[in-house]
Amino acid sequence: MQYMLLIYSNESMTEFDKLSEDEQKGILGEYYAISETPGVTGGNQLEPSTTATTVRVQDGQALTTDGPFATTKEVLGGYYLLEADDLDTALEIAARIPAARLGGAIEVRPVVAR
Amino acid sequence: MLATLVGLLGDIDRAEEAAQSAFARAAERWPREGTPANPRAWLIATARNLAIDRIRRDRTLAAKTRLLEVPENVDDEIAETAFPDERLELIFTCCHPALATEAQVALALRTLGGLTTAEIARAFLVPEPTMAKRLVRAKQKIKAAGIPFRVPPDHLLPDRLSTVLAVIYLIFNEGYGGRNELAAEAILLGRAMVELMPDEPEVRCLLALMLLHDARREARFADGTLVLLGDQDRSLWDAGQIAAGRAALDRGLALGGRGPYALQAAIASLHLEEPPDWPQIAALYGELGRLTGSPVVELNRAVAVAEAGEVEAALALLDAVELEDYHHLHAARAELLRRLDRVEESGAAYERARALAHSDADRAFLQRRRDELES
Repeated sequence: MQYMLLIYSNESMTEFDKLSEDEQKGILGEYYAISETPGVTGGNQLEPSTTATTVRVQDGQALTTDGPFATTKEVLGGYYLLEADDLDTALEIAARIPAARLGGAIEVRPVVAR
Repeated sequence: MLATLVGLLGDIDRAEEAAQSAFARAAERWPREGTPANPRAWLIATARNLAIDRIRRDRTLAAKTRLLEVPENVDDEIAETAFPDERLELIFTCCHPALATEAQVALALRTLGGLTTAEIARAFLVPEPTMAKRLVRAKQKIKAAGIPFRVPPDHLLPDRLSTVLAVIYLIFNEGYGGRNELAAEAILLGRAMVELMPDEPEVRCLLALMLLHDARREARFADGTLVLLGDQDRSLWDAGQIAAGRAALDRGLALGGRGPYALQAAIASLHLEEPPDWPQIAALYGELGRLTGSPVVELNRAVAVAEAGEVEAALALLDAVELEDYHHLHAARAELLRRLDRVEESGAAYERARALAHSDADRAFLQRRRDELES
């Protein structure tokens, strides 16, 4: 089964900023290690939500607005794509994502198989 | 049987459907052809093959590659096969943390307890369509999200334990009101859990608790009404089951158990003595109350305090318990007021209790106590 791990976190990054430089490097290392984990087929960090543009089309007209779709405190900051036998595998990897313990959350969603 | 089918087919809906078809076929054939030597194996093999035919027709073989290994000929299977009992796999699946708590319980009651949707809806005081939707969504989630059908690996077991134990105990309690097959199912699950985790004290103590309660099932009802513990015919108690329950409790305590199930089992064991050590029972309820913060536990503690002789103190404790809509509270108050000769207040409390009671047996009992006040 294929899963997408959507990484949500508070963009103010206060938790991350509180850490020492070494700890911060450690965290980036963890993200890298996860992308190297067997089964993880893709993943990226996204630029901050201030760089987002949202598009809707109404009556054939494209409406473009500045900013992300959801203006919540937690924003989508990145994702991983994962091939796994079952949900438990996906959940264990999700729990290792640093954002999960730094005040953020990971949504684990199966990808539609086509 | 359902658990085994879910294990073979990997899908609760298909398993239920297949089981029903197999039973229908049995009802049709066995009167004509005679009952097979191994009825359970026949049913399971038939159900599985019916499901395979269905799946082939639905063209979803890719997802069911397990079944491709199944031989065509049904008859060869019947004599030889011993199908594994996959109750534990089923309960861990139902209790997976990816499912909402209410869905976990409903699904377990449905697949392991065999309760109908209507019965589960009644037990949780929700409308039947709501419960039906809840069950459908839970089964869909299991399929769509890839919740595995298995006992979790060792490193995940401790986290999953408390939910599973709670759900097993819930199934037991559903059966405690007279549905013995449910209580039996819960006890079977309890035994399987002990086999799986022999060194976990709470697992052992839950089994002890269920055995001790269930041992008194023949004595709890008479003429459709409830018989109180003190009035029960002890010759109807299952002495073997009590011994087994106490052995399990001893082992659980020896393993260091002091959690909620250990305390409840110890209390249950003490209740069976004649006369019960009420001060010790009250003390254990106190410990349990500190662990759980439950008002029902506090209610039980008050009752034990009364039995130990401190009726006034017990009444004061009851007045502090916030369970206005719980008939047991008013029944307990009624009893204590009766002992203090406050007849009018006792009568009012019995009325209140009867109005709130759920079962005919409870209502009959409370009515009788009310009537006894007059004389």
